[in-house]
Amino acid sequence: MERDPGPEGARRALGRLLEAVLASRGQANAVFDILAVLQSEDHEETQEAVRACSRLFGALLERGELFVGRLPSEGSVMAGSQGATRKYKVWMRHRYHSCCNRLQELLAHPSFGVKELALSTLMKFVQLEGAHPLEKPKWDGYYLFPRQLFKAVVEGLLSPEDDCSLLLSRFQEYLEHDDIRYHTMQAATAVVGRVADGYPEVPLTFWNNAFTLLSAVSLPRQECSSSSFYVKHVELSRTWKVVHLKEHRKAFQLMWLGFLRHKLPLSLYKKVLVVMHDSILPHLAQPSLMIDFLTRAYDVGGAISLLALNGLFVLIHQHNLEYPDFYRKLYGLLDPSVFHVKYRARFFHLADLFLSSSHLPAYLVAAFAKRLSRLALTAPPEALLMVLPFICNLLRRHPACRVLVHRPLGPELDADPYDPEEEDPAKSRALESSLWELQALQRHYHPEVSQAASVINQALSMPEVSIAPLLDLTAFEVFERDLKKKGQESVPLEFIPTQGLLGRQDDLCAQHFTLS
Amino acid sequence: MGKARPAAARRKGPGAPAGAQGGRARPSPNPFEVKVNRQKFPVLGRKARHAVGQPGVSRARAVQKRTQTLLKEYKERDKSNVFTDKRFGEYSSNMSSEEKMMKRFALEQQRQHEKKSIYNLNEDEELTHYGQSLADVEKHNDIVDSDSDTEERGTLSAELTAAHFGGGGGLLRKTPLQQGGEEEKPRSRKELIEELIAKSKQEKRARQAQREGALELTEKLDQDWKEIQTLLTHRTPQSENRDKKEHPKPDVYDMMVRELGLERKAQPSNRMKTEEELAKEEQDRLQKLEAARLRRMRGEDEAGDARKPKHLSADDLNDGFVLDKDNRHLLSYTDGKMSIKEEQSREASDGESKEEQGEDPSEEDPEDSSDPEGHLDLESDAESEEDCGWPDREPRQAPGKRMTSNGHKAREPARTELPYTFAAPESYEELKSLLSGKTMEEQLVVVERIQTCNHPSLAVGNKAKLEKLFGFLLEYIGDLATDDPPDLRVIDKLVVQLYNLCQMFPESASNSITSVLRDAMHEMEGAVEARGRAAFPGLDVLVYLKITGTLFPASDFRHPVVTPALVCMSQLLTKCPVLSLQDVVKGLFVCCVFLDYVSLSRRFIPELINFLLGILYVATPNKHGHGYTLVHPFRTSGKNSELLVVSDQEDTATWQRRGLSLAWASGLKGQTKTEANHTRLSCLAVCLALVKHCMLLYGPLPSFQTIVRPLGALLTEHLADGSRPLELQELCRSALADVEKHEQCCRPLVCEKSKPLPLKLFTPRLVRVLEFGKKQGSSKEEQERKRLIHKHKREFKGAVREIRRDNQFLARMQLSETLERDAERKRKVKQLFNSLATQEGEWKALKRKKFKK
Repeated sequence: MERDPGPEGARRALGRLLEAVLASRGQANAVFDILAVLQSEDHEETQEAVRACSRLFGALLERGELFVGRLPSEGSVMAGSQGATRKYKVWMRHRYHSCCNRLQELLAHPSFGVKELALSTLMKFVQLEGAHPLEKPKWDGYYLFPRQLFKAVVEGLLSPEDDCSLLLSRFQEYLEHDDIRYHTMQAATAVVGRVADGYPEVPLTFWNNAFTLLSAVSLPRQECSSSSFYVKHVELSRTWKVVHLKEHRKAFQLMWLGFLRHKLPLSLYKKVLVVMHDSILPHLAQPSLMIDFLTRAYDVGGAISLLALNGLFVLIHQHNLEYPDFYRKLYGLLDPSVFHVKYRARFFHLADLFLSSSHLPAYLVAAFAKRLSRLALTAPPEALLMVLPFICNLLRRHPACRVLVHRPLGPELDADPYDPEEEDPAKSRALESSLWELQALQRHYHPEVSQAASVINQALSMPEVSIAPLLDLTAFEVFERDLKKKGQESVPLEFIPTQGLLGRQDDLCAQHFTLS
Repeated sequence: MGKARPAAARRKGPGAPAGAQGGRARPSPNPFEVKVNRQKFPVLGRKARHAVGQPGVSRARAVQKRTQTLLKEYKERDKSNVFTDKRFGEYSSNMSSEEKMMKRFALEQQRQHEKKSIYNLNEDEELTHYGQSLADVEKHNDIVDSDSDTEERGTLSAELTAAHFGGGGGLLRKTPLQQGGEEEKPRSRKELIEELIAKSKQEKRARQAQREGALELTEKLDQDWKEIQTLLTHRTPQSENRDKKEHPKPDVYDMMVRELGLERKAQPSNRMKTEEELAKEEQDRLQKLEAARLRRMRGEDEAGDARKPKHLSADDLNDGFVLDKDNRHLLSYTDGKMSIKEEQSREASDGESKEEQGEDPSEEDPEDSSDPEGHLDLESDAESEEDCGWPDREPRQAPGKRMTSNGHKAREPARTELPYTFAAPESYEELKSLLSGKTMEEQLVVVERIQTCNHPSLAVGNKAKLEKLFGFLLEYIGDLATDDPPDLRVIDKLVVQLYNLCQMFPESASNSITSVLRDAMHEMEGAVEARGRAAFPGLDVLVYLKITGTLFPASDFRHPVVTPALVCMSQLLTKCPVLSLQDVVKGLFVCCVFLDYVSLSRRFIPELINFLLGILYVATPNKHGHGYTLVHPFRTSGKNSELLVVSDQEDTATWQRRGLSLAWASGLKGQTKTEANHTRLSCLAVCLALVKHCMLLYGPLPSFQTIVRPLGALLTEHLADGSRPLELQELCRSALADVEKHEQCCRPLVCEKSKPLPLKLFTPRLVRVLEFGKKQGSSKEEQERKRLIHKHKREFKGAVREIRRDNQFLARMQLSETLERDAERKRKVKQLFNSLATQEGEWKALKRKKFKK
């Protein structure tokens, strides 16, 4: 057929074809022409074709001109001797089917515009198909949802090759609706399971896509009466699973468990753990099912352990989890890197919580205090400003540990009795030691650190110092604070005149560096 | 509108006018109207304000007031029309009546003028004076004169007054100007008055004649004087001329005499000081400065000064002298600068120093004792020393001077070529254009001359200019450091200039330095936020850090510039991963600067130990990883974990130990493999030297063993690998020996004994009563609050009372109105009855008459 080149021409031609098809059944073959444009290389033309398809099949779905029920194969129907209307409907339903397939392929199109349009068209079909189901309901009030079509959409979104984060963020607005959310969870569970079993080496992009989708699903905290449905129903029945939050929770749990069952890449592990306590654990039907995952993560060590701590805390605190050797492991987590990792504030917040109980044995608290002060010898000033009050708070809470800073009649020792290599805090002999490290830090170059460490020289005052504002302290903030602090009105000056860039002869710079 | 004003006037009324009238109390009140408020007992010092009252008078006044305001309003209550006086300024109280009249007159004139035909150009305004046309006035000149005469004097002669007013005492109060009114007096006196008028006119005429005569006489006298004057001028022209000459050209001798007379007498100057004295002065000054530095280092200014009240001894002479004990221990301070200074002073004062220290410091010269601004005198002091030809001046000269003498010969040609004056640069670009393309000597000369040309003592704005110059120079140094290759020699010399400027303007210098540091930190913070780590900054930041240490006392406990710089360096050592040899050089430079900062205060730097540990780690070939843990930013594995390992035996053999070049920090280009290996070994050597330095520095720390244990472990691993040059092995060994040398004794910690809290004593609290009648024992705000509350209460009560009285007054008025109405009615009824009765009577009478007839 003749048409002008360019998208504008394509648009007009498609418009004419569309009208022809919708006007009379005799012109139905023009559908092939429309579907052919869907294969076009040109992005604009493809978009026009998608729009035309959207309008065409949207109208047909509303008119009920598509075959309803189990779809027989095309050949058999054409050859058979049924009525022309039935033949037409079956034929048209096949065209619709192929159109959907093509749209699903378009979800992986390089152009984002096309992708987005394909997605919204597919979702429109989902909506219309839900309202005018293509299946026969088994009984009256039977819940029908275009599961096949929707699963295809989700599969398209969870592409193993491309990064679909943009498309997923677009998809996120559909997740507001209860039914879409429910079916997304179901479809995602199925897709993740299939892909993870299908591939020998699952690509990283798939995991990232899957995580983006999964973390986008957020359940409401409480069951709300007015549920919003994407597919419009005349009347909601209480017998449908989709209306109950409990079912949603079950689906949510199945989805996450199915996802976490697989071996995840390390970066994703961290991401999951970061959102675990906040957006996953509260929505699970049975949070205790996460115990295995979290304990495994806690055993990994390093930053992952620190992150798992948060989830574990929720389980211990709210779900009665008995964790053997919890404090021993926590003790093991303390190594010089805790002061340098990104999650320092989070870790110390939790550590403060765990150690806030006054029923902890003194040896344990003493071991923690001693270990922390050992580590403080390698910490930067911003961390020291936090950890020194932390240690002092420990001593305040547990008067039995005061001997660490005040042992009036103790014998003089040759070496520190504390054993830093010992993993068990009970055997570390921390209670026999003293916090000489803090005494060393009184000579720290930063004035505030020095003052914070000097607190132990006096008897500790009773009220605890809140460390919450100190947790997030960064070096830049410390720097700014020092700049703003205007002590005297005049700035003291060096009185020994300089002799050059490297300073005097006996300066280290002059000894080890030359200008040439 | 019409009602609002009277209402306001009434509100205002009872307070102000009543008080004004009360103040003008009649001299002798009627004793029966006076009410005396009896005081129960007299209180000294208390003013009795309401001892005597006049209830009758004040009540009458109140009633009068109300009749004028409230009653008026009451009577007009149902009227919507209001009479407004539209005359100009009728209601404005801030215009005097004359002003009002003037203005009204002007307005009237204006109105008349406007009304005239605009086409009538010829007509001019008729000018008047006191309502009379000036044209008429001009015709009768003398009459106006006489009138004005009386007006001017304003008073009448006693005779006239007697004549006018002698008749009736009641007329005394009339104004004397109401002559017209007088004339309508009884006819019988008419003749008398006419006579009087004639008499006064005559009198007037006589006065005028007299005046004219006087005028004539004066004129005549003037004429005569002029004639005589010519005679006088004959006699005194010379003296006059001489006077005139002397003024423009005073005698030289006179001038000198006067100048000498007025000149301030020379102050008795101090005698020339001997060398010993000068040396002692210098030493005292240094001691003072050092004592101040030590105090700041221990942070005593912060804690001590604020809290402790200064103790004054009974023997204190109030001359600001404080016996500073630190002075004596000062010179026992061993390594570093102090020992040098001690040597110098010893050379100079030849062993006298100890005796002199013991001497009474009140002998100090006035110059030195009035030396609170300490450092600022540095230069002048130094210069004066130079003048006196102090033998040991070489190491102690002012830096600028020293440099000039050093580079004197080299700069001689440069001096000849350059212009002698430079305007201070207003922008950085200006400075750059001045300095760019010149040799090092020329640049220095330019900077020096800018300073001399714009010395603050020469002009007012120079201070600000030079303050700016500091910032520009700093920026210029940063640019030089980022150049490739960096022009370090120029920087080296410019630092001295910076130091001089900084001594002059500490405030602006510290501001520029902090802003530079803030920029660097900000950049690094951005990188850390984005990626969790940052690259080592350019050489300029390192140079800035080093300069900061030389300009400001790095040993202070807390310093507005140095403390942020320390934090900045700590960031460099913890956040910047070492990725290349260049980074190692930069890191080691930062370590050196850091250790220089704390060389006097001997403070502990955890980051530095970590960094050195990391550098040692990347230089160790076969690691066991036992006994130490690496800290961020170093990692146990990765491509950079063997950055400093040298495996080439040949390179190891040919290596010579020498200092690292600072220029390497900005780029290590064009180095062959051998050179790179040599650089590695040099880095390692510097690192080992720093480790050794740290061992010495931190030996006395309580947990020294814990701090250096990881270093020790790595050093043993180093030693185990025998492929190092001998010199390095020797360094390793001595460092290890240092580790073992410091025997640790762990004394258990004991808190300082806190003072026992004193028991609470229940002695009464005595408060001095400053003023009677006021509430005592509360703060100023509280008193003010109470006062206001009290005032409010009083005002409120007063207002309520006023309202009540108003109501009573109104009720009275209404009652009287009603009574009046009733009486009227009664009267009318009576009248009607009367007339009716009369009518009836008449009718009856008529009837009777008829009947009779």
